[in-house]
Amino acid sequence: MSSSAPAARPRHRELGLTDAEYDGIVTRLGREPNPTELAVFSLMWSEHCAYKHSRRLLRLLPTDGPAVVMGPGENAGAVDVGDGLAVAFKVESHNHPSAVEPFQGAATGVGGILRDVFAIGARPIAVLDSLRFGEPDSPRSRYLLNGAVAGIGHYGNSIGVATVGGEISFEGPYEHNCLVNAMCVGIAPRERMVRSAAAGVGNHLVLLGALTGRDGIGGASVLASAELDAASLAARPTVQIGDPFEENRLMHCCLELLDRGLLPSLQDLGAAGLSSSASEMASKGGVGIDLDVSKVPLREEDMEPFEVMVSESQERMLCVVEPERIDEVIAVAERWIVRATPIGTVTDSDRLRVLDGDEVVGDVPVSALVDDCPVYDLTPEPPGAPLYAAPPRRLEDDGEIGDTLLAVLGSPNVASKRWAYEQYDSYVGSRTVRRPGDADAAVLHLHHDGGAGAIAVAIDGNGRRVACDPYAGAVEAVLECARNLACAGAEPLGLTNCLNFGNPEKPAIAWQLTRAVEGLRDACIALGVPVVGGNVSLYNEGSEGPIYPTPVVGMVGRVPDSERTLPSAWTEDGHAIALVGPFRPDLAGSELEKLRGRLAGWLPVADLEAQRAALVLVRDAVRSGRFASAHDVSDGGLACALAECCAASGLGARVDVSALVDEAGSLDAALFGEGPGGVLLAGAPDAVENLVARAGSVPVRVVGSTGGTELVVEARGATVAVSVARAREAHERTLPDLFP
Amino acid sequence: MRFGVVRFPGSCDEEDALHACRRFGEAELLWHEDRDVRGVDAVVVPGGFTYGDYLRVGAIAALSPVMAAVRDFAREGGPVLGICNGFQVLCEARLLPGALLPNVGLRFTCREVEVEVANVSSPFTVACPPGRRLTVPVKHFTGRFHAPARELDAIETRGQVVFRYAAGQNPNGSERDIAGVSNEAGNVLGLMPHPEHASDPLTGSSDGGLVFESLARWVEATGGTVPVGSASPGWSPTPAGRHTSSAVSG
Repeated sequence: MSSSAPAARPRHRELGLTDAEYDGIVTRLGREPNPTELAVFSLMWSEHCAYKHSRRLLRLLPTDGPAVVMGPGENAGAVDVGDGLAVAFKVESHNHPSAVEPFQGAATGVGGILRDVFAIGARPIAVLDSLRFGEPDSPRSRYLLNGAVAGIGHYGNSIGVATVGGEISFEGPYEHNCLVNAMCVGIAPRERMVRSAAAGVGNHLVLLGALTGRDGIGGASVLASAELDAASLAARPTVQIGDPFEENRLMHCCLELLDRGLLPSLQDLGAAGLSSSASEMASKGGVGIDLDVSKVPLREEDMEPFEVMVSESQERMLCVVEPERIDEVIAVAERWIVRATPIGTVTDSDRLRVLDGDEVVGDVPVSALVDDCPVYDLTPEPPGAPLYAAPPRRLEDDGEIGDTLLAVLGSPNVASKRWAYEQYDSYVGSRTVRRPGDADAAVLHLHHDGGAGAIAVAIDGNGRRVACDPYAGAVEAVLECARNLACAGAEPLGLTNCLNFGNPEKPAIAWQLTRAVEGLRDACIALGVPVVGGNVSLYNEGSEGPIYPTPVVGMVGRVPDSERTLPSAWTEDGHAIALVGPFRPDLAGSELEKLRGRLAGWLPVADLEAQRAALVLVRDAVRSGRFASAHDVSDGGLACALAECCAASGLGARVDVSALVDEAGSLDAALFGEGPGGVLLAGAPDAVENLVARAGSVPVRVVGSTGGTELVVEARGATVAVSVARAREAHERTLPDLFP
Repeated sequence: MRFGVVRFPGSCDEEDALHACRRFGEAELLWHEDRDVRGVDAVVVPGGFTYGDYLRVGAIAALSPVMAAVRDFAREGGPVLGICNGFQVLCEARLLPGALLPNVGLRFTCREVEVEVANVSSPFTVACPPGRRLTVPVKHFTGRFHAPARELDAIETRGQVVFRYAAGQNPNGSERDIAGVSNEAGNVLGLMPHPEHASDPLTGSSDGGLVFESLARWVEATGGTVPVGSASPGWSPTPAGRHTSSAVSG
């Protein structure tokens, strides 16, 4: 404990702490921190671990609801799905590591989110991912996407958890700062759920899993807490390397230990490694922890105590074990070929003490690391001038409608993502009722787990629209996700989010963040959906500017009857097609406007009560079993939604959108305008008539019928026809051509 | 009828295989350290990434204690079904001819494919209606079946090609569209597509159930072993008059 201030000051800056924060550490300790303590503080007080710029804002979000089993603060959130079962889920970012090394960055992103879910006792059953890259004509974007998709597949496929959904989009502002957000969903008997609070003075702390090496030192937490620049490439060796085989055994081992009631608490090791896990377990349990770094099994010799404490080696978990059950725990671990090493004890000191054998190398109050870390108020201010350049023009304003449709349908954002999802195992577990490409949400039945019904899961976000209006865009993200669930007949039970933004110390970014969180809050309250967990990824910017503000929303909903969910494709000739909901299409923020080189500075604001009523009507219609298909209107507008239903089924359709043209003001706006609230429901004509009759205040427009080999759109006497084969070609060819 | 499904470290589809087997009989897990197959009537070596597929796909699992027991079981004529990684394990264990190489596209590929039953008289196909195409998913990176041309000729002549990808459906560049191949005796089958993932209409196709149903019927009719050394092309048990074809395909 001898470091003098002049020597330590440059070091703390290297570690990302401000001078004021360093002084705060000295005040809390009553002395200078030694190098081990300083390293631990620098990570625990990093943006990634401490949420110091977002903590106050996140308190705005509603977190209570009748179904909530675990809310924010645990490794993952969980909701009750009936039959004694809980579903755990969380989304997390691995943006910065993926921008440096996409394969391992994305792979370990999946590995990390899986651990968060089995840390609370749930068996992971599904992964979804939300990816953002620069425009695909950039070689760097293609390299990043190729690597990220392969990395997600590598980890998810190998560990045996189905990847069932996700989204990919391309926008210039993600060129240097791609986004890789991964969501995991797990299932557990309610009584197996476990919290991370350490308890029982005298209990052992047991480290499970992989050896600890120097990999990832300063990785996730440091990379994720500063802007990316050219020097970040030098950080490539700090990106962690994933081993899904190790995690497969670790997962089975942890679930068996929990089944046998051997673990009072469990926590994964993620960013900041042992430092973070131990101090959070101690903080939540109101206890202290002694850790002996000399007992930690190492991959490399001669690691310094601070390196052991902050290593981000993957596939490790920390658990609390009662002394009399330690042999049982080790026996179970041996069966799964998992290392289990007692490395510390729970104490009543309220301090995190780091020992190296007999020597105390660090001694810090737990509260100083976790609850008492600095928290900053944002200084939000709307930008004086547009933050983002208009996208390059790719389409003229006066093209033929049919050509425009094919161009929008084949644009990388709207085009089929089959190229990506066919690289993921969506079958394993034998639960997947609706898989990628089948429907707007993935559906997983719970019959193998003792449940009668199913769950629907989806993940959504549209950064470009949030850039147009952070409040309305964030509202739309929640509505879109809920609409996807409604199309599967599901009611949302809970929501997780990942807030991907630029540097929050800049007032314009702080404004985006604040407005987006307000939008999430209002939409969640209106729909009655609690936020049960999430993650914040800030500093997603470099010298080229910030990313589009990108709140990504993941939702889990309940489907009472797993036989009654719908595909998005038409199923039969002669079905009536209804456009259901308060859909008011506008070209502002739409894909077509992007292709025409424009970025609006506003979005229409949704009427949340009307949106909620429409979601209920759609959900009930799907559950009634009287309809054949359901697909929401989103990117590319109504014309693309219709074309997607045609392309997926091979069946054409004939629709008349004259009324919508009058409302929207132009044919372009009616066909390609976007906005929340539209769902295409198709079914037998009498089912649609019946829906119209009982729709109440919810608009239901019968727009046409299925059949033929073309999509024919009529409006005020004009007719546009596109063959289903050409629509399918436009929709399917784009990604395979980009990634031969 | 009792199926045993082997679980290795790194197996992924063992629970799926159990569910599929239980539609047609009883089923239990065998553990990679087991020294015998616990008296089951048929063994399923499921898909996954055994031992991380480190070294070479299937190579380490082929050396595990349970595989010695499975080898003995197969030598005595007991039916053994290897799916995906299980196919790779059985090749590495020298219970099946040929080898599996990385897909031509060098990408993991997960999609439904159609396969044709090329030998309708195998223990794994006796429940398949003649001419019936099965819709079954594949999901693999290393699924391209390969053997030298002369060996391929011999395999075909002996009726060891049991499943073939339908025209235009070959997802990985397998030689001669081979999707499933048996040993000479016909009691060991390696199959790249996943019948266990196609055994419940709720999750897609149920065509794969025919493979497990075939095994169950066949075991019940025969008592469960192929006479070792029978090696006859299109060996047929002709049990209960259910199936009498001895057609050789290929």
